Amino acid sequence: MLSVDRISKSFRGLKAVSQASFDVPAGSIVALIGPNGAGKTTCFNMIAGVFPPDSGRILFQDSPIQHLRPDQVCVAGIGRTFQIVKPFAGLSVLDNVMVGGFLKEKTVSGARKISMEILGKLHLESKADLPASSLTLPDRKRLEVARALATRPRLLLLDEVMAGLRPTECDLIVQVFRELNRSDGLTILLIEHVMRAVMALAQNVVVLHHGEIIARGAPAAVVRDPAVLECYLGEETEV
Amino acid sequence: MPLDLVVNVTIAGVLTGMVYGLMALGLSVIFGVVRVVNFAHGEMMTIAMYAAVALFTLWGVDPFLAAIPVGAAFFALGYLMQAGLINPFITRPEHSQFMLMVAVALIMVNGMLMAFGPDARNVQIGYQLESWELGKILFDKPRVYAAAMALATSGLLFLFFKATLVGKAIRACADNYLGARVVGLNVKHLYALTFGLGSACVAIAGCMMILLVDVTPNLGPSYTLLAFIIVIVGGLGSMTGALLGGVLIGLSEALAGLFIQPSAKSMFGFGLLILVLLFRPQGLMGKKS
Amino acid sequence: MTPRSRILLALLGAFLLALPWVVNPYLLSVATLILYLAYTGQAWNVMMGFAGQLSLGHSLYVGVGAYVSAAIFFHYGIGPWAGMWLSIALCVAIGAAIGFLAFRFGISGVYFALLTIAFSEFFRIGFDHLQWTGGSGGLFLKVAQRDQIDLGNFRGPPAMYYYAILSLTVSALIFCSFLLKSKAGYYWLAIRENEEAAQALGINTFRWKMLAVVISSAMTAVAGVFFAFYYNNLFPEQIFHISRSIEIILGPIIGGVGTLFGPILGAAVLTILADGITEILGALGWEIPGIKQVFYGIVMLLVIMFLPHGIWPPLARKFGLGK
Repeated sequence: MLSVDRISKSFRGLKAVSQASFDVPAGSIVALIGPNGAGKTTCFNMIAGVFPPDSGRILFQDSPIQHLRPDQVCVAGIGRTFQIVKPFAGLSVLDNVMVGGFLKEKTVSGARKISMEILGKLHLESKADLPASSLTLPDRKRLEVARALATRPRLLLLDEVMAGLRPTECDLIVQVFRELNRSDGLTILLIEHVMRAVMALAQNVVVLHHGEIIARGAPAAVVRDPAVLECYLGEETEV
Repeated sequence: MPLDLVVNVTIAGVLTGMVYGLMALGLSVIFGVVRVVNFAHGEMMTIAMYAAVALFTLWGVDPFLAAIPVGAAFFALGYLMQAGLINPFITRPEHSQFMLMVAVALIMVNGMLMAFGPDARNVQIGYQLESWELGKILFDKPRVYAAAMALATSGLLFLFFKATLVGKAIRACADNYLGARVVGLNVKHLYALTFGLGSACVAIAGCMMILLVDVTPNLGPSYTLLAFIIVIVGGLGSMTGALLGGVLIGLSEALAGLFIQPSAKSMFGFGLLILVLLFRPQGLMGKKS
Repeated sequence: MTPRSRILLALLGAFLLALPWVVNPYLLSVATLILYLAYTGQAWNVMMGFAGQLSLGHSLYVGVGAYVSAAIFFHYGIGPWAGMWLSIALCVAIGAAIGFLAFRFGISGVYFALLTIAFSEFFRIGFDHLQWTGGSGGLFLKVAQRDQIDLGNFRGPPAMYYYAILSLTVSALIFCSFLLKSKAGYYWLAIRENEEAAQALGINTFRWKMLAVVISSAMTAVAGVFFAFYYNNLFPEQIFHISRSIEIILGPIIGGVGTLFGPILGAAVLTILADGITEILGALGWEIPGIKQVFYGIVMLLVIMFLPHGIWPPLARKFGLGK
């Protein structure tokens, strides 16, 4: 579904991402991991249209998207969450999701209906009328996901959704993603530091280090890869 | 058009521009450090002009001397305004602060209208009509004195920020609010100090300006806009930018008044502001944020 | 809307409809002014409250709207109903230009406000020199015949103007209410809250911000047309002046930016209080120019300091009136 082809990005002479290539097959869950500063979020931002790659192509469902704006990327079918959540603080939880819903729904009632459904999937329906600013961090993360889901994406980009969540909360949200992947066929590409989630969710793992891909494959194999272990040794990791 | 006329107008424009520069310097300091969009800047200048008129009319004080007490008074007032009124707004959204100063400006302008009436006031001093001559080139005495005072004040301010401990502390606050607090600087006090200094600059500029133009209440908004134009064209947070911008604006105003119609000269300033905002928002000397 | 607010609204509506027969001509003119400020404030509110762009140069649209319709009436005898469309077209073009320049170049917040001020000042000075519209000397339309209603040329008794501005304000209210509840309303709020997040949800923020600007400038243009044919004289120094722009925003700021009833409430409260004070002072023998504006400034200051969201939200909460 998504094909990243030798993308590179430099910031003021510093190479953040170098000739990265990987594929995300339809219906799969792929995790992008690597130590801090490896270039993961930069890749995400290029896919999501925040800035274009200096070179290389990004194909989504066989169409090039590397020069699209963020809103165009969303219209094409890619939803994303942000590492630092960005709720519409002054709006209610339901209204937040409805903003996403309006992409595909024409009417207010239609948007409301689908938004409530999605809130249900994320176990947030009881908080629908609360102001978004009153939510706890785990709930805000779920709201962020719900909002992105309301745009009915084919591919969902998750940027460190697990950060700051306790293990039980983490497991809950992993369940939600697994369910969405299984029942709706939602393709997921996630950036994660929390290995617990990566091992539980990912079918394929891509490892970035200093902007380059150093390993890829099934989770069990990747975590035993000596190159991967070396790039993590001496740095703090969350397991 | 005779060349000496152009030269004379140019000189006058540059000299006036230095006073503009001092006024804008006050705004640059305030905006650059405290990040307050002082929409009442021009009104403060106008009040200073009225103060100079009052001191002259009542006790015959020359505006140059008046600059000292007026400057000191404005320092105190500026300090109080920041400490009492604006400091609580540091955490509020940007346009909230802005509207606060709009309200203050509104009160100031009409307060002046109430106190002094709409008619123009001025000071009449002997040397106002005198000038030094170099062949056909004229140097108006009041303009030269005013420009000299403006340069001197600016110089003192530069020195203060570069050399003194307090000055450095203020610059630290400007660079990093949180960091400054973490190292124990009393940021609120320093902000108030900065606002006081900026106000003092404006006040001195006002005392100089009254030698060159008459004062009416509605000069306030015009000077506010002018100060913003200068600071934005010259570059935010850059003191040299403010002075340079002032001279540039003073010069272009004078020349525009000469070559186009006098009443259209401020149109030039606004046109310049629009261009700068669009193509080089950090101004001539500012840093790209 | 709650049943309570429905009843209140109905009562208010009846009162407003009957007004010309109930009050004296002076109060009628005050009411007309309040409605004019309420309408213009509501128009400004669309740009600020809905799309989050602070415009301090809205007098530009009032001025252009007024001058264009007045000038073609003056020179060609074309009535305001047709002239209005030209006014709207021109104001929309100017608004779109400013919006385009600002949004394309990433100018926002205070810088955007300064840009709008620069534009309105530019036009103020420009119109001072435009001889076709009378320059700084002003443009004068023949004063209306008080007793004849000439709807085609919008001339008639004060009551006619009152009902006209009343209909405008009510239409604006209904229109804005409709907008707020629609997809546009949601999108605008989202853009205002967090533009980056809005983009990630597929919202073309540039297009939607432009829409708000265009609607706002079009609505304000109509206010200008009304102004021209009601007051019958136009001076660039007055109509484009920045104090006009500030007057426009006073209502929404005091009443509540972004709310539906805020601008109207703000305009009403402010005008009534201000006029009241001038009356009292006049009765005491104090005719001081500028006191009304000082009063405006003080009220604005107090509201900004203590009621940053305006007086409508707490009022609505207290009386259970909803948004």
